[in-house]
Amino acid sequence: MAALENPKGSTLRNAFGNVLSLFILLLIGILAFSIRLFSVIKYESVIHEFDPYFNYRVTQYLTKNGIYDFWNWFDDRTWYPLGRVIGGTVYPGLTLTAGTLWWILNSLNIPLSVETVCVFTAPIFSAIAAWATYLLTKEVKGTGAGLTAAALLAMVPSYISRSVAGSYDNEAVAIFALIFTFYLYIKTLNTGSLFYATLNALAYFYMVCSWGGYTFIINLIPMHVLLCIVTGRYSSRLYIAYAPLVVLGTLLASLVPVVGFNAVMTSEHFASFLVFIIIHVVALVYYIKGILPPKMFKVAVTLVVSVGLVVCCAVIAVLVALVASSPTKGWSGRSLSLLDPTYASKYIPIIASVSEHQPPTWPSYFMDINVLAFLVPAGIIACFLPLSDASSFVVLYIVTSVYFSGVMVRLMLVLAPAACILSGIALSEAFNVFTRSIKFQLPGISGNSETDAGDAGSGSIVTQNDAVKTDKNQDTVKERPSRKNKKKEKEIVEKASIKSQIEKRLLVLPLEASVLAIFLLVLLGAFYVVHCVWAASEAYSAPSIVLTSYSQDGLHVFDDFREAYAWLSHNTEVDDKVASWWDYGYQTTAMANRTVIVDNNTWNNTHIATVGTAMSSPEKAAWEIFNSLDVKYVLVVFGGLVGYPSDDINKFLWMVRIGGGVFPHIKEPDYLRDGQYRIDSQATPTMLNSLMYKLSYYRFVETDGKGFDRVRRTEIGKKYFKLTHFEEVFTTHHWMVRIFKLKPPKNRIRGKTKKSKLKASSTTSSKRSGTRKKNPWH
Amino acid sequence: MITTNQKTLPSFTPLVSSLSLSPEGDLAAKLNLFLAHPHTTNTKLKPKCLNFQALTSISSYSYPQVKKMGIRFDLFLLSVAILWAPVLSDLVLSKVDRRIDLTSQSVRVTSTLKVENAGTNPVSEVLLAFPDHHAKNLAYLTAITNEGKGKTKGSTVSLPVEVVHPKGMPPALTWYSLSLLKELGKGESVTLDVVAIFTHTLRPFPEEITQAETQLVVFQDSAFYISPYVVKVQSLSVKLPEPKVESYTKLENTKISGSEIKYGPYENLPSFSYTPIAIHFESNKPFAVAQELVREIEISHWGNVQVTEHYNLIHGGAQSKGEFSRLDYQARPHVRGASAFRNLVAKLPPRAHSVYYRDEIGNISTSHLWGDSKKTQLEIEPRYPMFGGWRTSFTIGYGLPLQDFLFQSEGKRFLNISFGCPMNEVVIDNLIVKVVLPEGSGDISVSVPFPVKQWQEAKLSHLDLVGRPVVVLEKTNVVQEHDQHFQVHYKFNNLSLLREPLMLISGFFFLFVTCIIYMHADLTISKSSASYVAKLQWDEVQAAIQQVQNIINRCLTIHDKLEASLRDLSRTGDVQACKAARKAADSYLKELSKELKPLLAFLQSSPQAAQILPKVEDLIAKERELQERLMLKHSTVVDCYEKKLGGREIENRVSSIQQKVTALRQEVDDLLEIIDEI
Repeated sequence: MAALENPKGSTLRNAFGNVLSLFILLLIGILAFSIRLFSVIKYESVIHEFDPYFNYRVTQYLTKNGIYDFWNWFDDRTWYPLGRVIGGTVYPGLTLTAGTLWWILNSLNIPLSVETVCVFTAPIFSAIAAWATYLLTKEVKGTGAGLTAAALLAMVPSYISRSVAGSYDNEAVAIFALIFTFYLYIKTLNTGSLFYATLNALAYFYMVCSWGGYTFIINLIPMHVLLCIVTGRYSSRLYIAYAPLVVLGTLLASLVPVVGFNAVMTSEHFASFLVFIIIHVVALVYYIKGILPPKMFKVAVTLVVSVGLVVCCAVIAVLVALVASSPTKGWSGRSLSLLDPTYASKYIPIIASVSEHQPPTWPSYFMDINVLAFLVPAGIIACFLPLSDASSFVVLYIVTSVYFSGVMVRLMLVLAPAACILSGIALSEAFNVFTRSIKFQLPGISGNSETDAGDAGSGSIVTQNDAVKTDKNQDTVKERPSRKNKKKEKEIVEKASIKSQIEKRLLVLPLEASVLAIFLLVLLGAFYVVHCVWAASEAYSAPSIVLTSYSQDGLHVFDDFREAYAWLSHNTEVDDKVASWWDYGYQTTAMANRTVIVDNNTWNNTHIATVGTAMSSPEKAAWEIFNSLDVKYVLVVFGGLVGYPSDDINKFLWMVRIGGGVFPHIKEPDYLRDGQYRIDSQATPTMLNSLMYKLSYYRFVETDGKGFDRVRRTEIGKKYFKLTHFEEVFTTHHWMVRIFKLKPPKNRIRGKTKKSKLKASSTTSSKRSGTRKKNPWH
Repeated sequence: MITTNQKTLPSFTPLVSSLSLSPEGDLAAKLNLFLAHPHTTNTKLKPKCLNFQALTSISSYSYPQVKKMGIRFDLFLLSVAILWAPVLSDLVLSKVDRRIDLTSQSVRVTSTLKVENAGTNPVSEVLLAFPDHHAKNLAYLTAITNEGKGKTKGSTVSLPVEVVHPKGMPPALTWYSLSLLKELGKGESVTLDVVAIFTHTLRPFPEEITQAETQLVVFQDSAFYISPYVVKVQSLSVKLPEPKVESYTKLENTKISGSEIKYGPYENLPSFSYTPIAIHFESNKPFAVAQELVREIEISHWGNVQVTEHYNLIHGGAQSKGEFSRLDYQARPHVRGASAFRNLVAKLPPRAHSVYYRDEIGNISTSHLWGDSKKTQLEIEPRYPMFGGWRTSFTIGYGLPLQDFLFQSEGKRFLNISFGCPMNEVVIDNLIVKVVLPEGSGDISVSVPFPVKQWQEAKLSHLDLVGRPVVVLEKTNVVQEHDQHFQVHYKFNNLSLLREPLMLISGFFFLFVTCIIYMHADLTISKSSASYVAKLQWDEVQAAIQQVQNIINRCLTIHDKLEASLRDLSRTGDVQACKAARKAADSYLKELSKELKPLLAFLQSSPQAAQILPKVEDLIAKERELQERLMLKHSTVVDCYEKKLGGREIENRVSSIQQKVTALRQEVDDLLEIIDEI
């Protein structure tokens, strides 16, 4: 009769567990969403930083003009006079996602502005990414680990830094796409279902649409497949998981304009094709092994292997020949700098100049993943107990992403999900062990059978109870013939549980030790949460277009950037061209709606070098360069008055370096005194005569009489000077943005004009010779 | 230029011809001369209003000439006056007192007219005349009369004003007619206060200034009151913002004291007297002009009136030229940037809440809000100081409590809210007020105290199905005085309030219902197809195998228990407890083997299970063997204990069995895994 009672009780318990985990997931989603709202609460609902402004502008265009115009969009407001083909050079995933969201909302008559949708896209997708993490980890190590990992990912600072409300950047949706693609891969690997394989290809397609980081997927999965084959774990499921992904995924990827034929022509993708060939060879071997008697098989193996090797060699030879014919060996600059961390600083200053492309420091690991850094090793160990296909994938994922994050601080973002998954596994396993030990030794329950102890399951995360059940309960799990996929899913979980059960019986720790350990683990978790909330509220929420500072007399707001952009947009002609260093290009086009010469999409090194040259030239030469580019206004960012450190003077070395890289008459040593950029009395005359110096410090000395620069903490070298070819038209309240206008050329007597013409022609010719140089960036 | 002249001539010919009839023939000749004068060929001439406009527009940039030509023109007007005087009714203005207030960017002219009926016929309307070039900038005109005889207690009543086109009047004048409340009999008199407000009448001169210069403006008008009636006594006083006057037209009886210039009194002037005066003075008041202001007032019957105002602002004064130096502006803002304005104050209704101030690129942080029970004041600063000709645009929004503005009368609701802009100094070129009523309201009517253009639209927002009716009112040239209340009457059923919540509820309800249906329904298209049947059978087989596995697992658990009891035995030596455990285990195992039988039978009968059956049978057999061995071991051990044999002895006896048990256990586990994989 007990048998009759049990099923009911356990289904109820099962259902309760499911509902509970659903509820926990919902809470995790809310947590992930709301922890990213600090920026809206502390500042305002506004697009952040630089790239998000471009994405926002593209989304605006998309919602206004529709998808077809978007694909064909030639943007003439940037890279003047070259322009930029936006539709073909942008990863459209993010904008299409936000555009679709906006379209759905508007067709339901919910009048949210495009800006609002864009601001909240990132938090929404981080909630979804947390759920995807749950699914992935569940496939690897069961529900408990899944929920822990999801909770960790919901607030991992590294991901928060790229997905706070307003940070409308590709990474926000790409991380979700990355995790979800991995989940579907693991799911296919576990089930061998072609349905999931197809979904996997689609998820991969979405990832390709969203971010250039898709190459990570298309290299990591082949690596895993290769690992499985090498370790003798080949199965038909592996084949189904991999082969359709390569075929469908590559086809779909080449549909994205920005990828196009790169999907089959660049070296980043070759690993996948190579492994594709290998897996077919292996599959053939297994097939032949199945149909032939052992003796015949040996003969066949030698045959197939030799033929396969010949084919492989031929293909590799062709590839090598192809690759060798291209100057960068078929690798894009960014990928090369990943493989060889010193490559960028040697050859491509423009990549090296971006702060997020620098290698990270140790504190940044602690800042970005915090306690996860210590939990990851434990997670790796847990993955080896027992090692399955899925857990080997996770281990491979963490190992590669640790390497990449060590090369480029930006790729910390790829490390974060892996760290969360492994830490989730580690925490969950640890809780599992400790709570089971406690339950086993508690006086009331210990009288029961040992197996009951397994019931305590996942400790703080209760919902593992459907996974870790007593034997009695397990018959009821499968009572109802439910959908096929569901069943399979459960079977796997159960299998793992049975196995682990056997081992668990042996692992019992002393009561006091486990209580203490649980306490410490909870403390660790609490520390992590506190750190994450601090990071979200203090470190990563600043929109960077509006700055605040606290002083004795309260909060100070520095809204100078928008002041300048608003001034530009209202008080200059629509077709005026504004020159500035490329950092401010996206913001100028998006906020001021003015044509810029260069912007953050650094596709043309020569053009950027031209602007860099102009900024580092003396006034007259600079005027000529700018005038030849139809520039009417020059915008410089100057932090010397209020102490804003990331201003143009501090970026000046890159202007000189990039400019000098293309135009040899700009020589870096001319600007250096004792190997340093200086603007004080020790500065070189070239430096003091450069346009950047003059525009930044024009009439600066009159503010305090000494010209004390608060960023460089020194008095400026040249204090009193006049501008002859430029005039100040606007300076913002805190002097952070200064806008100068090119004066119209003066009437000159004949003899002089001839001379200047001669000069102008010489500069243009030098420029031409510069452009002729092969640009390593493209 | 020739074309300009040709165009003007036809309209001018009648005047000239009529003039030639007049006794002062040489005047006409003068006029002709004047027409031929090179100045008339200036580009700024507007063909239609040549006779007044000609001079004034010339003077706007060749100002000194005004004085020379003014006198000539004055004479011309006199002649015109004499010519037309008999045509009009017998009204006489016994006293005209004009006060022109130039302290802000709009010109406020307050005229106190004492109208007397000198004729015999009772008169019910009084005509007011304004030169066309002024009239086109006329923003606001109202006439107030003091009713009642008692001078102090008269309640002020404003008179209806309308545009008229009386015949036979000189061109280039715009006429307004005031209808008196009661006819003016013979010899009776009435006092009228006429307030006229003109915008864009102060012209900056020079038109471009640098940052360091102050802004100078020119004001032009007639020293005499232009009227179709004879004016007996009149005076004019002009109030300036500051006592800094660059120059002004000096006539007889002109006095200047501080910031006030007085003309007159002048006595017994015929109708249409005109003497141009020009005053050139310093004015650094904010010339804030909203080229367009869209106010959207949205009523929510949930308790809120949301007002959103989109401003498109320009500094309408002298254009700024040359450099803008922040340094100079910050060091001495009143000297370097005197004409610029940096803030505006909006007077919002009391209890305004959720105030925001932003533009298309985000919040503007430079604003202050304070308030008391009577008003809420919002001081806003544009992102940058507004210099001449600079533009900006921004949005202000605030919520108001519904009960303060929405009332009910005669089964209808009406909204009573102010029309104009809450900022006093701002002149609005084009004001669009949109009143968004809740979805489902009907029977809409609007009452506005002055003429406006109006139409209706629909707006879709927040889950609307048919859209909300929007009343749009448009008015050009709006000044502070237009900030009066207007009413929108409409009918609305309270039940419509529940529409959207219900829609949401039902939407989610249907979503969940479809989910439930989807989860429970079997969506297979063909129920009889072989594959479907096979799938069902396979499912059953799987379930059966699952059960078998479970039973085996339970058996294994019981084995574990037995082992545990043996361990207990070795620890405590309690044989009885061990036997009891054995008994319980026996009965359990029997039950389980009973349960196993039907499952096995089912598997044997099912064709789908053919491939898996051997493994299952193998598993069961192995398990049974294991069971037997274990029992054997158990009984051996118990036996030994009963015989009180030594530990070493027991181990010897059991060890062979134990080996087999472990081996079997391993096999069973392996089999379970294999079956799992299938």
